[in-house]
This record gives sequence, structure tokens and C-alpha cells, in this order.
Amino acid sequence: MTAPAEVLDCRGQRCPLPVIAAARRLPELPVGTVIRVLADDPAAAVDIPAWCRMRGHEFVGTVTGPDGPAYDIRRQH
Amino acid sequence: MTGSALLGSLSAPIGGSWGYRRDSVACVSASPVYLDAATAAPLHPVARQALLAALDDGWADPGRLYTQARRARQLLDAARAATAETLGVRPDEVSFTPSGTAAAHGAVLGGLAGRHRAGRVLVHSAIEHSAVLHAAERHVATGGASTEVPVDRLGRLDLARWSAAVRAPGVALAALIAASHEVGTVQPVGEAAGACGDAGVPLFVDAAQAVGRVPVPAGWSVLTASAHKWGGPPGVGLLVVRKGTRWESPWPADEREGGRTPGALNLPAVVAAAASLRAVAADAAAEAARLAPLVARIRARVAAEVPDVEVVGDPDHRLPHLVTFSCLYVDGEALLHALDRRGFAVSSGSSCTSSTLRPSHVLAAMGVLSHGNVRVSLHRETTEADVERFLTELPGIVADLRAAAGVVGL
Ligand SMILES: Cc1ncc(COP(=O)(O)O)c(C=O)c1O
Repeated sequence: MTAPAEVLDCRGQRCPLPVIAAARRLPELPVGTVIRVLADDPAAAVDIPAWCRMRGHEFVGTVTGPDGPAYDIRRQH
Repeated sequence: MTGSALLGSLSAPIGGSWGYRRDSVACVSASPVYLDAATAAPLHPVARQALLAALDDGWADPGRLYTQARRARQLLDAARAATAETLGVRPDEVSFTPSGTAAAHGAVLGGLAGRHRAGRVLVHSAIEHSAVLHAAERHVATGGASTEVPVDRLGRLDLARWSAAVRAPGVALAALIAASHEVGTVQPVGEAAGACGDAGVPLFVDAAQAVGRVPVPAGWSVLTASAHKWGGPPGVGLLVVRKGTRWESPWPADEREGGRTPGALNLPAVVAAAASLRAVAADAAAEAARLAPLVARIRARVAAEVPDVEVVGDPDHRLPHLVTFSCLYVDGEALLHALDRRGFAVSSGSSCTSSTLRPSHVLAAMGVLSHGNVRVSLHRETTEADVERFLTELPGIVADLRAAAGVVGL
């Protein structure tokens, strides 16, 4: 798995804020870049993949580490 | 209503005399628009009349041996007979419960108890109502097991996985919702029942959103419903157990209602539930034909006129009265409050509106957006003008919320 270029720490934020954070940041980075969204709101597990599908970006996967669940996404266009 | 008229409302043919529908050319006004029938439909006029009459006539305990009790017994028998006839079952297969939730708990736990010798596994879809899931949790907490069967993006049961799951060893009961209460997708109950039949596993169908709206395919062993979903009063559920089904009451012993649900019934509410079910069922096809195009209109217009919205659920195989969509970047609770301020009562399965802060398990199982979620559900008093007013105001309401949150153009 590609190491993420950047980590967005959205812990403590309620949906839809983690999705908004990703939507703000991803287009500022080059196509192909992977970012990691750290989010402990369980809705992020549903809404980040759904946002990737709606926007045509790649949902790389869920990573659960010491900081809690994280979601990797890659800019596709 | 007199006593005999009350009995008549439970047995006379349904005719034009129940012509209560509100004039459908009501003008656009700022009056509140109630669009949450899937939680509780407004009380049907037949239910109101029967309820008032039964408060006078049906307050005694039907189990006693005096005149007032016999009167109450007559009303209860008539209510049961009317309900059985509407559902196409035998009267002794029907029990009235204190809610749809209590009925679902009884269906699951009693269905498992009756078949404990066959095994301890409950098979259920991933999109059951929380009443069923909580009963399943209780079963697992007391040493049982459960198998959850997934749905696709449209909220349709995976039939291949279902068939494999019910064929596995040790399955005591399978539970499938007739149609999703959150997204309206009608489930393949007939096919699921066929798979259960082949495997010798009884099927429980939670038909709370289907009864009084759409036909429920045959093949089930246990069925539940809830009167306030069809325009009956709150606090009445149905638990139907077909003859020959191995079902054993999970509750402390009580003789009432065939031993299936304990406690004194709210008889006036039961009578009102039965009378309104008859009226609603007689009208169901016409009402579905009136509401389904309004739901289709909401689906099309919301998708076209609200940017970044996901309209969810099966576009074709769906309930005629219920539609759900999610608005990207919008806080669901803020959206519900904004709609309420404009006079629209709707509900949501989204995490941000529930005290648990968990995303809706239904939307999660489908893999669709769970925030900014709105469920709109129509009823017999909903007019085309109500729907038009909602569709006219919604895009502006969503746009204002997005502007306030600074998420425009993301
Ligand atoms: C599918 C389904 N099952 C069960 C219930 C529970 O019914 P009640 O509100 O009567 O407890 C509901 C209502 O929320 C429902 O929609």
C-alpha cells in the first residue's frame, strides 16, 4: 500500500466534517496522491468510501492503527 | 357510532361511505406538511370513529363473565376476524401486541425458542429493523448465534447468500423485512421463503411497512406489523403465527392472545386498528397508484434539482409511499431542523440525528452516503400540492445550509 502523503486528523469531528476535510484538501494535491483521514466518527467508515465513489476517486482502504480508524484515498483526476 | 355500527365497521363491506380522502386540489399554503408516515401515519378517520365508539363500548375486560365483558369479547373477536380476513389467515393465528416492536421481539425469540432442538442460529438480513436486531443481540448474548446476510447498493437482499445461509446446519429461524423502512426497497420475500421452505427453516417477515400498502407474498411462518404505520392508533402490533409453526412464547406465562403476548389489551385501540386496516387494505391498490408517481417525482426532481445528492433504494421494486436521499456535506440534524422550520416533518436514518451517533446500519449495509439523510414518507392525506411545495423549497434549504457551512463548490 502506498504510504500516505499527508494525514488529516479529523478525530473528534462529527459527520460530515471528515468528508468535507478530505474534499477540501484532495484537489490541492497532485493526481495520484494518497491522503489518510483519521476519523473516529463511525459514519466516516460509510461516508468516505461513498464520497470517493460519488467523486470518482479511489478508496484505497481502511487502516486501524494506534490512532484509531483511518481511511486512505487516492486522487484519481 | 353505536355499538352495532362499531361491529359493522369490522365486518360490513367497504364501500363509498368511507369517502374521507381530503380534497386533492388543496391550495398551496404555509400549513405544516407531515411527511413521516413511515414512523406514524395520521390517524385514519375510520380509526378515530372506531376508537371513540370503542372507548364507550370496549373498556371492560373481555375475559370476564358479565354483560360488559361479553360486549368487549364480541368486539375483540370481530377485530381478530376482520384482521385475519384482511391478511388471509385464520383468526386463531392472529395476536394483538402492544407495539410492532413487541411483536417483532416475540416473533424472533419465540421462533428461536420453538426450534431450539433444530439449532441456535438466527439468519437475518443486514437491513432488519432495530427491533429485530436487538432481539437477535439478546439471542446471541444468551449463547445463540446469528448470520447476517448482506444487501446490494440498492438495498436488495443477496439471495444466493441467503439461500446458503438458511441451508447451513443449526438454523432455527430466518428473519427478513418485507420492505425496508429506511429506503423503501421491497425484498424478494417469495424467493427467500422458497429457500427457507427447501431448507425446512421457518421464515419470519417483519411487514410493518408493507401491511395496508402492498401485498406480502405467501410462504412465511410468522409475520408482524404495526397499526400506526397504516393509520391505526399507536400501541397496537400484530403477531401472526401460522398453524403448524414451532413457536414457543419467550415471555412469562399468560393465557391472553393465544398465549403469545402477555397483558391486558388496549381493546379500543385494537378495534380501531382492525377497522382502519380493513379500510386501508380495501383502498391500498388505488392509494399505491396515487402515491407511487409522487414518490417517482420526488426521486427524479431531487436528483435533478439538488446538486450532489444521492437518491437511494431500488428505483422500481419499492414501496409506493417512501423515498430517501442523502445530501453531500450537509449535517442531517441541521437539515431536519431547517425543514421543520419551513413546516416539513420528515425523518432520517443518519447518524447525526440519532442519539447513538452510529450511522444507519441500513445505509451502511448498502454502502451509500449516510450523512445529510432524509426519509420522506407519504400517506392518504398527502396531496400533490404538498409534494410540490416540498420540492420547490428543498433546493434552497440545502443550498442555504451548504452556504452557511462554507462547502459550496467542493
Ligand atoms: C419495519 C419496522 N418494524 C418494526 C417497527 C416497530 O413498530 P412500533 O413502532 O409499533 O414499535 C417499525 C416502526 O418503526 C418498522 O418500520
